[in-house]
Amino acid sequence: MSFFIRTKKRFKKIIGRLFKKKQMRIGIYGPPNAGKTTLSNRIVRDWTGDAVGPVSEIPHETRRARRKDGVTISDENGNAVTIDIVDTPGVTTKIDYKEFLEYGIESEEAVVRAREATEGVAEAMHWLREDIEGVIYMLDSTQDPFMQVNIMLIGIIESRGLPVIIVANKNDLPDASSTRIKSAFPQHPVISISGLEGNNVEELYEKMIDFFG
Amino acid sequence: MIQGVQIDLISSERLENLTSLEKIRMILEKVIDGNVVVLEKGLTPDEQSLLIETTMREIKPDGFAGIEMETYSSESETHQKSGGLFGGLFGKKEHTSGRMTVIGPANQMKTLKKDKNLISTWVSSR
Repeated sequence: MSFFIRTKKRFKKIIGRLFKKKQMRIGIYGPPNAGKTTLSNRIVRDWTGDAVGPVSEIPHETRRARRKDGVTISDENGNAVTIDIVDTPGVTTKIDYKEFLEYGIESEEAVVRAREATEGVAEAMHWLREDIEGVIYMLDSTQDPFMQVNIMLIGIIESRGLPVIIVANKNDLPDASSTRIKSAFPQHPVISISGLEGNNVEELYEKMIDFFG
Repeated sequence: MIQGVQIDLISSERLENLTSLEKIRMILEKVIDGNVVVLEKGLTPDEQSLLIETTMREIKPDGFAGIEMETYSSESETHQKSGGLFGGLFGKKEHTSGRMTVIGPANQMKTLKKDKNLISTWVSSR
């Protein structure tokens, strides 16, 4: 191959890289049992027909970050965004295997589950520092949003300059209050949904196109 | 011997002389020993992220179960909002360390009440 052709190819590649619209890697973060995997499954199922992982009422069901690449979300006006979705383990500062015993899990399995959960949280933090380009922060809107882990994580996300949409999940439950969440994080958009029932997910998709597009 | 919990109040001067990793190591060593640590000046977001990650690696069944941590909202949140036109345009990030922070063993410390200007915690001896 001549020098001229090689140089031309290399130049084309550089130009292509410069102007190619980057596919953002969006992490779904939040405390355990906020509904992260339920939402990940809904997004992926709605737009690809696939699923991300199993859900459960037992905390730390997701103990490894799971990624689904190339999910394209579009609206009626032809606007679209293609993203990689990363469903992450719930972030916490404490994990005691005895918590799992309350859900009828045997002691030996509970110890393994707790160890995997600790590795999962460490992994989630590592992803956030290294590989995530935008965040959907999930909160259970029946719970107190001022929990320290939420304050810390939102602070970490802000310090990295990542765009974040806060999702006030479980709006199908009677005690749900997205107002509390809005007052806790007035600096970010808050969308109230039910990942389980699918309430208002269209508004979330619109916001994702607008925010991550 | 009197039963109780050791509380270490660490000055901002002492913290400023430590690297992030040294801070995290010092805090965790004390908390794993069952002590409660009060930092005059809190950790940066990156240090908080590192603290969570390192804490997870130290958790052992029937031993250390993690940390309970409380802090007031960071003053930097106020600064960020007043970043002005150029702050917004150029993604100006101003991240001072957090304010006074209390960190203790999760199985001995429980937060009773927290609001903008008050953190009330309960600590039991081992």
